[in-house]
Amino acid sequence: MSVATGAPPPTFRIDMLWRDERYRSGFIQAIAMIILMLGVAWLVNNTIENLSALGKDFDFGFLWQSAQYDINQRLIEYNNQDTNARAALVGILNTLLIAVMGCVSATFLGVVAGVLRLSKNWLIARLMTVYVETFRNVPVLIWILLVAAVVNESLPSPRAFRGVDTGAFVATNRGFYIPAPILDAGGGIVVGIFLASIVALIIVRRWARKRQDATGEQLPLFWIGLGILLVPAVLAYFVLGMPIRLEYPELKGFNFGGGIYMRDSLVALWLALSLYTGAFISEIVRAGILSVSHGQTEAAAALGLRPNRAMRLIILPQALRVIVPPLISQYLNLTKNSSLAIAVGYMDATGTLGGITLNQTGREMECILLLMGFYLIVSLFISTVMNIYNSRVKLVER
Amino acid sequence: MKLIKLATVAAVAGVCATTGVQAQTLAQTKEAGHLKCGINTGLVGFAFTDDQGNWQGFDVALCKAVAAAIFGDPGAVEYTSLTGKTRFTALASGEVDLLSRNTTWTLTRDVDLKLTFVGVNYYDGQGFMVPKALGVTSALELDGATVCIQTGTTTELNLADYFRANNMSYEPVPIETNAEAQQKYLADACDVYTTDASGLAATRASFEDPSAHMILPEIISKEPLGPVVRQGDDEWADINRWVLNALLIAEEKGVTKANVKDMASSSDLDPEVARLLGVEGDYGSMLGLPKDWAANVIAAVGNYGEVFDEYLGPDTPIGLERGLNALYTDGGIQYAPPFR
Ligand SMILES: N[C@@H](CCC(=O)N[C@@H](CS)C(=O)NCC(=O)O)C(=O)O
Repeated sequence: MSVATGAPPPTFRIDMLWRDERYRSGFIQAIAMIILMLGVAWLVNNTIENLSALGKDFDFGFLWQSAQYDINQRLIEYNNQDTNARAALVGILNTLLIAVMGCVSATFLGVVAGVLRLSKNWLIARLMTVYVETFRNVPVLIWILLVAAVVNESLPSPRAFRGVDTGAFVATNRGFYIPAPILDAGGGIVVGIFLASIVALIIVRRWARKRQDATGEQLPLFWIGLGILLVPAVLAYFVLGMPIRLEYPELKGFNFGGGIYMRDSLVALWLALSLYTGAFISEIVRAGILSVSHGQTEAAAALGLRPNRAMRLIILPQALRVIVPPLISQYLNLTKNSSLAIAVGYMDATGTLGGITLNQTGREMECILLLMGFYLIVSLFISTVMNIYNSRVKLVER
Repeated sequence: MKLIKLATVAAVAGVCATTGVQAQTLAQTKEAGHLKCGINTGLVGFAFTDDQGNWQGFDVALCKAVAAAIFGDPGAVEYTSLTGKTRFTALASGEVDLLSRNTTWTLTRDVDLKLTFVGVNYYDGQGFMVPKALGVTSALELDGATVCIQTGTTTELNLADYFRANNMSYEPVPIETNAEAQQKYLADACDVYTTDASGLAATRASFEDPSAHMILPEIISKEPLGPVVRQGDDEWADINRWVLNALLIAEEKGVTKANVKDMASSSDLDPEVARLLGVEGDYGSMLGLPKDWAANVIAAVGNYGEVFDEYLGPDTPIGLERGLNALYTDGGIQYAPPFR
């Protein structure tokens, strides 16, 4: 095919656009592009004309007007005098919070369930099968509503705790309260030392690996790591006079005060999304492990590696290549599914910007466009990060 | 060639798809053969389904009245249940042509949301309901309470104003429909339920033990509730406005469901009643309606007072007094312009 033709190319004629192989595909693509643009232009034009027929304009000014409504879960300072833009930000942070919490716990659940489903223990393997199949095959909205209903209907209301000594954890039908860490003077130092220990741990592990590569000697890394992580922080804690304490929830008036309040809506959404997505992830993990041929396990055993080392050093690194790409789409699904928050009144971006703000200002078009933009950006961000990770774990071909 | 054809089709479709929805609602309704009316998802007294599965209620009666005025048949209505959040979009998009759903007349809705309120069929205000077991007797004792509210309503804005003005804090629980709110409130997942006082009374009436709950004395807002249409079709707004007015005038003049037929054929009629019932003048054609449209309306649903008594009045489980909603002649503020 790579033989150069000596003859000069014939002069261009119009029918060569579709007869000549050299131009055909470019020509077809150009036509398809033009049709697509026409379609988009038509949609945009139609929207603008219909909006003006309804007497509505296209204006984002409402974002800087006062929102006038309150939001229960706020990660940043907000009150009803703040702007719609800030209300949207409160919602966006709530979406990100549930997405991060959900992805972490779904991954944990998924890995555990995926590995256990391959267990030789019949009962455990079957239990995991039941978990995966029930959660995978019922819509996630149903799970969200179910958890919310169970919390609302079966747990006692805060009033039932009047005169009761509650302790560190409280479960009410309005959500759960857990102790909140309070940093007194010097508390920051303890946290700082702990963070420094983490950095130190990473450095030590690198060094230990180099040493092993050079000399073949292994260090008891687990115990060393634990020591590095805990000893300095614990020492600092006691030397500085125990500057971190836990604040327990306490019944004050209608509700509990103090501690960290995890609302029923947050818990319902978090649990349901994690369990649901976890079921999918467990299947991905199982498939990933099964994709590594059994010969690898046997070869590892023949080299004298114990089973858990074989898993960590031989099987998992290869399985990850299969696991990561579908995992990305599960993370994306979870993030987008979090917009079902609206069903239990969790005030995420859909609830604030796409809910109350949209409704009170009547700016449907603007709000929905912004909302779509937000989910798009988050999804692209997750994809990018995970793709970078994927390119690091994937097989390096030579 | 094919491509050019395709482009032309697309362009033509584009033009067709953008023809206005305004100024022809009556013609479109007549063509469809029924009125598209937006109502509650369910609120005892205002919009609920009876044993036969038919919609009934104070707000539903208005849909029936308009259908009776246009078609002479109160059954020619296609109902759409709407939540506080979906109602305005449904109206603006033409999914419904009349919204009769406890909707408060506010400046933003009238002006910025491009709606037209054709009148007020219930003068209301926002109140609070609490379980008696809570031991609260005034809204000013609600600092720190968890409050259930329907989103997309004036309720959530009033609530924010009221608590801020009184330097109190609260935990809002946003909810879509009255039914959900009721369930959460009864499960004690919120301490307080707040909405229009009429809605509270209606909700309380549907409880197993209404006496275990009380409505606090504070009314924190003005909520003039009325039927709404899209802005821009004045003829359509006029029809809906005058159907409501006809109900009020009928009560004022003593025209009832029972006597309307006889009155229309009696000889010595009050001149305004004669005009109302189409015996004299041709007011129907001014509106694009049959001559006897108002007689049909009253024969179908009764006058304003009858509708009120049937669904909300003292003889119903809801037991609301007329109060502000009495006619101006009885000390209320319901007042219709003259029919002439
Ligand atoms: N009047 C207020 C509130 C209207 C409203 O949502 N009312 C409630 C209770 S009175 C209702 O009708 N709920 C019935 C439903 O959920 O469909 C407004 O127009 O924003």
